[in-house]
Amino acid sequence: MPRPHLLLLLGFAFAAGISALSDRIDPYFLDVMTGIGINVILAVSLNLVNGHTGQFSLGHAGFMAVGAYLSAAVTVFLGPRLLGDEPGLVAQNAIFLAALVAGGLSAAFAGLLVGIPSLRLKGDYLALVTLGFGEIIRVIFQNVEVLGGALGLNGIPYYTNIFWVIGFVVLTIFVIICVVNSTYGRGFIATHDDEIASEAIGLNTTRYKIVAFVIGAFFAGIAGGLYGHFKMTITPTGFDFTKSIEIVVMVILGGMGNTIGVVLAAVLLTLLPEVLRPIAEYRMILYSFMLIVLMILRPQGLFNFKFGKTRF
Amino acid sequence: MTEFLQQLLNGLSLGAIYALIALGYTMVYGVLRFINFAHADVFMVGAFAGYYLGQFLPEDTLWGGSIVLIGAMAASAALGMTIERLAYRPLRNAPTLNVLITAIGVSLLLQYSGQVFFGAAPRTFPPVLPSRNFEIGTLTLSSNQLVVIGVAIALVVALQFIVFRTKMGTAMRAVSLNPKAAQLVGVNNNVVITFTFALGSALAGAGGILYSLNYPSIDPLMGVMPGLKAFVAAILGGIGNIPGAALGGLLLGTVETFVAGSQYSTYKDAIAFAILIIILLFRPAGLLGRFTAEKV
Repeated sequence: MPRPHLLLLLGFAFAAGISALSDRIDPYFLDVMTGIGINVILAVSLNLVNGHTGQFSLGHAGFMAVGAYLSAAVTVFLGPRLLGDEPGLVAQNAIFLAALVAGGLSAAFAGLLVGIPSLRLKGDYLALVTLGFGEIIRVIFQNVEVLGGALGLNGIPYYTNIFWVIGFVVLTIFVIICVVNSTYGRGFIATHDDEIASEAIGLNTTRYKIVAFVIGAFFAGIAGGLYGHFKMTITPTGFDFTKSIEIVVMVILGGMGNTIGVVLAAVLLTLLPEVLRPIAEYRMILYSFMLIVLMILRPQGLFNFKFGKTRF
Repeated sequence: MTEFLQQLLNGLSLGAIYALIALGYTMVYGVLRFINFAHADVFMVGAFAGYYLGQFLPEDTLWGGSIVLIGAMAASAALGMTIERLAYRPLRNAPTLNVLITAIGVSLLLQYSGQVFFGAAPRTFPPVLPSRNFEIGTLTLSSNQLVVIGVAIALVVALQFIVFRTKMGTAMRAVSLNPKAAQLVGVNNNVVITFTFALGSALAGAGGILYSLNYPSIDPLMGVMPGLKAFVAAILGGIGNIPGAALGGLLLGTVETFVAGSQYSTYKDAIAFAILIIILLFRPAGLLGRFTAEKV
């Protein structure tokens, strides 16, 4: 990546441009784009854990749930008190940003709590324990009556717009690429490539794994916040392990540890059900069938091409 | 005290079903080292095979019930072998993660195909076996629960016999220990792996029938939760370890039933994972699994 900061600014400019034009764009198209953006954030952040650091986590939806609930709690319960009944546009966006950051931070904290015990385990066991924590988080939200319990939380204000979505997509990709390509970030890749060798040269691999996990959880929380303020209602069942699997599939299809590939896979997999909508009930059969065929024909991931020496 | 015994019995009959499904996970993991996510849906197909077979047979008869059970086991075994041949064999030398995603793909394919072909609405499983209730003191035993426990014990004993007393079982253990060395001494790995899938899937099919006898509402997504719990049970006992899977299943079923009967019943789905996490933190290889040091 030659000039990541320049690209970041270009990305924000693009987000502002799209948002200025959003009145003239078909609302259906905007909705699909929002869905794509949220999935891109989820997939890219999970890619840091599953791809770059090589720790197979199946609990990403759990962190998304933490972010979604906590940020929704901020806007639903704190929002009216801080802003009054008729908040202005700037105040709305300010509280939304604060809510998203709060959601992200609480998800990161949950990631820390889950990561410290479970990252001692490896491979299938780690996958299962993260899956277990994801389900436990879901069941806890199911039992918190203040947050709606099993019925879910309703009446979340519609704050998510295309500017915030594209902005956070750009920010996520920027942060993940910069972290992985920094001196510190080499530790993630070393942990992925050979854990024993990394330990032998004195890297604290457990710490790298936990840091990757916490950063991944933070962005999953942001994505959850965006999702909650987009759908305006969240239920615990929306964040079950099927959702985690969906994100994992994006990462693997895009090629583990390949950010651009993962972004493309997230776009493709979100669009696929939309494109297949005309054949209604057969579309999910086709989707799962294509998944199997792709894994057999392109086991290295759909978009895993090597671009010269650069490693995204 | 009566309530305790009653709950224990309910727990054991649920645990016996978990154990049957867990055995399939653990055997496939033993020979191929991957988590067969589609196993839970083979369980579902087994239940539906029993449902359709039950339409042609008289209800409430012992022989009708046995035919349903055997038919469902055969159908599941055939399905398991087909899945292995078409989806997993091309990936025999691929990284584990790819096989895992393929397994998830197969699982989704079975669920969605089930929703299209069987219909998404729940159906009532026919009472294929005669059902009676026995009273011992204040304890109520239903014949279905006894059948579940009895069939599960019979199948686990049969499995133990196959794995430890037959030539095929020896080959299975050889492949599990070291696939390359097994091939060198003349074991045909493909045949062994196909056989393992057939055996594991047949057990899942039996589990499907037994589950539907006790909880007679079946739908294409019925496999997801029992499958996940059975999988937890397999890990709990030490994955790849046959007695461990049975033990894990019984333990999980019992604890879950007790939690469901207490004031914390809404946490019943979380408790399985909480137990799993606690046990893995203290015994990372499961209850009966042996810890192997990583060699460089």
